[in-house]
Amino acid sequence: MSSKAVEVGSRNAILASLCRNAPPASPLLEAPPAAIVYDDPEKQFAETFTSVGGKFVRVASIVEIDAELEKLESYTQARKIASLVLGVGRATPGTARSNQTLVDLAALKDPHELEELDFAIIAGEFGVAENGAVWIAGSALGPLRAIFVITQHLALVVPATQIVHNMHQAYDRIRFERPGFGVFISGPSKTADIEQALVIGAHGARSCALFLVG
Amino acid sequence: MIGHAEKAAPFAANESRAHWHDQALWFVRLKRDRQAESIPEWEALREAAAAIKAHTLSRIADYLEEFERNAQANGIQVHWARDAAEHNAIVHRILADHGITRLVKSKSMLTEECHLNPYLEAHGIEVTDTDLGERIVQLRHEPPSHIVLPAIHLKKEDIGELFHKELGTTKDVSDPKFLTEAARGHLRQKFMAAQAGLTGVNFAIAETGGFVVCTNEGNADMGTSLPPVHIACMGFEKIVPRTKDLAVFLRLLARSATGQPVTTYTTHFHGPIRGGELHVVIVDNGRSAILGNETFRRSLSCIRCGACMNTCPVFRRSGGYSYGYTVPGPIGSLLAPLRDPRQFSSLPFASSLCGSCSDVCPVKIDLHHELYAFRQELVRNKTVPLSKRLAMAVMSYVLARTWAYSLAGRVTRWTMPRMPRALVYGPWNAWGRQRELPPMPQQSFRDLIKNDSIRNAVNAEEPR
Amino acid sequence: MPKLGLFIPCYVDQFYPRVGLATLRVLRLLGLDVEFPEKQTCCGQPMANSGCAQYARPLAEKFLGIFGKYERVVAPSGSCVSMVRNHYAQWLEGRPEFDHLRANTFELCEYLVDVVGVAKVEGDFPGKVGLHMSCHGLRELRLGRSSELMVKPFNKVRFLLGQLRGIEIVELTRPDECCGFGGTFAVNEEAVSCLMGRDRIADHEKAGAEIITGFDASCLMHLEGLIRREKKPLRVMHVAEILEQAKLS
Repeated sequence: MSSKAVEVGSRNAILASLCRNAPPASPLLEAPPAAIVYDDPEKQFAETFTSVGGKFVRVASIVEIDAELEKLESYTQARKIASLVLGVGRATPGTARSNQTLVDLAALKDPHELEELDFAIIAGEFGVAENGAVWIAGSALGPLRAIFVITQHLALVVPATQIVHNMHQAYDRIRFERPGFGVFISGPSKTADIEQALVIGAHGARSCALFLVG
Repeated sequence: MIGHAEKAAPFAANESRAHWHDQALWFVRLKRDRQAESIPEWEALREAAAAIKAHTLSRIADYLEEFERNAQANGIQVHWARDAAEHNAIVHRILADHGITRLVKSKSMLTEECHLNPYLEAHGIEVTDTDLGERIVQLRHEPPSHIVLPAIHLKKEDIGELFHKELGTTKDVSDPKFLTEAARGHLRQKFMAAQAGLTGVNFAIAETGGFVVCTNEGNADMGTSLPPVHIACMGFEKIVPRTKDLAVFLRLLARSATGQPVTTYTTHFHGPIRGGELHVVIVDNGRSAILGNETFRRSLSCIRCGACMNTCPVFRRSGGYSYGYTVPGPIGSLLAPLRDPRQFSSLPFASSLCGSCSDVCPVKIDLHHELYAFRQELVRNKTVPLSKRLAMAVMSYVLARTWAYSLAGRVTRWTMPRMPRALVYGPWNAWGRQRELPPMPQQSFRDLIKNDSIRNAVNAEEPR
Repeated sequence: MPKLGLFIPCYVDQFYPRVGLATLRVLRLLGLDVEFPEKQTCCGQPMANSGCAQYARPLAEKFLGIFGKYERVVAPSGSCVSMVRNHYAQWLEGRPEFDHLRANTFELCEYLVDVVGVAKVEGDFPGKVGLHMSCHGLRELRLGRSSELMVKPFNKVRFLLGQLRGIEIVELTRPDECCGFGGTFAVNEEAVSCLMGRDRIADHEKAGAEIITGFDASCLMHLEGLIRREKKPLRVMHVAEILEQAKLS
C-alpha cells in the first residue's frame, strides 16, 4: 500500500475511533471570564516588559527614535542593521556611520543571508499590558520572517494608542493572515535551563528594546 | 519489577541533592503562585480552560476535520498517524523525500513518547535537540527528567564538564551565562546548517487551520524560519475550537509552567515560509482509547505545563527518572500506566494523594482522584501482586468484625512493648526504619470510656 | 434520631486514645448529646487507598449500618471523614440513609465552626504552635484555603486555635506541604515519606514551633515517629487535646 493510502486509512481509523469514544456533549461557552483591566495599561505594559528583560523607551514621535537608538551600545556597535520601520534606523540616506551597513532586505533571497544581522528594527501592531507581549503579523516582517529571531538585537516600534489590557482583547482584534504567520514577542530570548539561573539571550535576540510612540 | 519506590529511595537518600532538587522546583511553584495571585480571575480561567477542553473532547473528530480543511487551505500538509510507528515513518518519509539528513528539533513530548530520535538516527538522520535543556540531556545520552525543565536534575558543574567534553569549552567553568553563550554558538551552527525543523504543537486552532508554538529561547523559531521544511507533530488533543480560546490557555500556560506571564515567543503558524513546506502530523497512539475511558479521559486535557510536577512533594524528592516514563510526575503517573499498566503499575502508588497537583492544574484535571481510581484498576486486573491483595483481604476481614478488631488491637498493644527492640525494628518493619512506631497504650479508647472515673472526668463541667 | 454519633478512627482508638477522650470532652463541654457506638471499627481507608475496593466495601457498609441512624456524625480526623463524604458513594450510592450520612459527617473543627457555630474560644495556651493542615482535611474537606488556590483565605482550625490567649501560631515557609504519611504510602515509599516528614519538621523547627498540632492523628503519628526517633524536643498534640482545655461558645 502506498504511504498515502496508509495515511488515508489511518485518518479514517482515527476519526472513527474518536467518534466511537466521544464523551457526552459539553457546552462551549461564548464569553470568557471577565478579565483584568488596568487603571494605567501603558504603565502596566512598561513594567511587565521591563520585568521580562526588555528595555522600554517612551518617545513622542518616530523621529526621536534614532537618537534613542544612539544611546544603545547594541546599536552603536552593530555592524549590520536592518529596519522595517520607515524613518527609523539610518533609513535616511547620508547618515550612515562608517563600519555600519543598512541591509537591503528586499534584495535578499534566502533567510540564511541574515546570519550576520546585528540589529533589527521591526514594527509591532499592538502591545498587551498583562504580559508585555507585542503582536507582529507576518506581513510586518518582510519576506524573510527569520529576521525577528536571527538578529542579535531587536528593537520594536509600537504606537502608544495600541495597548490592549489582556489576551482576550488581543485575540479579539487579531485577524490571521492566511496563509501567513504571526508572533507575540515579549522581551529578549532567555533560558533558565542551567540550574534555574536566568540567562538573557538564548537563541533569539540577546536584547529587546521597545519604543512606544505617540 | 523495579518501580518508583526502588528508584526513588537512592535519590531521597542523597539528602543534600534531593533537597537541592526539591528547592529548585519549589521555587518554580512559588513563581507560579505569584503570577496566579496577580490575576483576580485565575480560578475562573481554570474553570474556562477545563470547560473548553471538555467541550473540545466531546466533538474532537469534527474539530480535527475542520482543522484539516483550514490547514490545507493555508498550504499546510496534514498527516495522520495511528501510532508511534506510523508517526516515525511519516516524519522519516517527509525527510527522505527531500534527501534531508540534518534535522533540528524543538521540544515535543510527543516525539519523546514515539522515540523519534533513535528511529531517525538509525535511518542516517542527524537530529539536534535545540532547547538548551534538551540539548544538554541529548549530549549526555539521557532522557529529559522534566517536561519543561529537562535538565533540572543537573548542576551547573555537570553541564560545565559536559560542554568541556562535547563543545570544547574551558575546563571547570560552570557559569550559566558562559555555558549558555557556548550553547548559543554551537546551536546557531546547527540552525544554519539544518535542512528541516521539527516542532511540537502547543495549540492547534480548528477555526483557522493554524497552530501555536511557545518558547522562551527562540529555538523553535530559528529552526523553522531558516530551513525550507517544517514538520509539526501533535497529539490530537492539542486542538482548540477558536482563536479566542487561545487567550484562556495562553494566559494560564506560562504562568503555570514557569511563573512567567507569557513565553518570549508565542508563534502562530498559518502556512510555510516562502518557498517552503509545512507539515502537521496528527497522532493517536492510544489517546482515543483514553478518550473512551470515562474515569481517565480528563487526563487528555493536559497542556503539558509541568505545574503538577513542580508542586508534587514526591516528584521534587524523587526526581523525574524514578518514574521511568517520558512524562513523569502526577500526570505521568496516569499517562504511563494508561499506556502500559504492567510496566508502570507502581506509579499510581507513588503518591500520598495530597491533592496539590489537582489544585495547580490549569485545566483542572482531578489528578489525585484519577490516581486513586487507577489503583482500583490495577487491583481489578490483578496487576497489584497477590501478596498485597491478600494482606488487604485479611485486614478487611479483621476490621469488619468488631471482636476481631478489638482482639487484634489488644494483642498488638500487649506484645509490642514486650518484644526486644531489635525484633520490633527488624528489617521486616518498613515503618520503623526511620521512625518510631506509635505508642502502644495499655488501654484503647473504647476500653477507657468504660471506666467510670474516666467517664466522669470527660463529663466534668469545667475545663481542666 | 439520636443526635450525635462519635466516630473514633481505628488508629486513634488503639494508639491515641487521649485524642478520643479529648474529642469527647470538647463535645460534652458544649452540652452536646454524643454517643460512641461501640461496634465501630475503621472507615476502610487502608483498603481503599490500596485500590482494594472490594475489601473496603464491607467496612463502608458496616459504617452505614452503625452511623446511619444518627442526625450527625463527628470524627477527629479529616481523612476518615473525607472517605465517608467523597468515596463511600462508590459502594453506598442509592442506599437509604446514605445521602443523609454523607451530608452530615463532619471533622471536629468544621463541626464546631459550621454546625455548632462556635464563635468564641476562651482559654490559655501559651506557646509556639505549628499548625499542620493535613491534606485530606485541607483539599478534600476545605477546612482552610490551600495555598495553590486563588480564593479568599480562610482557615477553620486557625479560627479556633488562634483565639487562645498566649498562643503563637508560627509561620511556616511551606504552610501546607504534605507530611508524607499518605496511608500505605508511608510504608510503600518509605524513603520519600520520611524525607517529606523530616522536611516538615524542619520547617516547624525553623519557625520556632514547640508543639506541632493538627486535626489528623495519622499525620501526627508519622511526624511524631520521626521526632521521637531523632529525639527532638518537639511535642505533638491533636487539636482536640488543645481545645479540650478551652471554653467554647
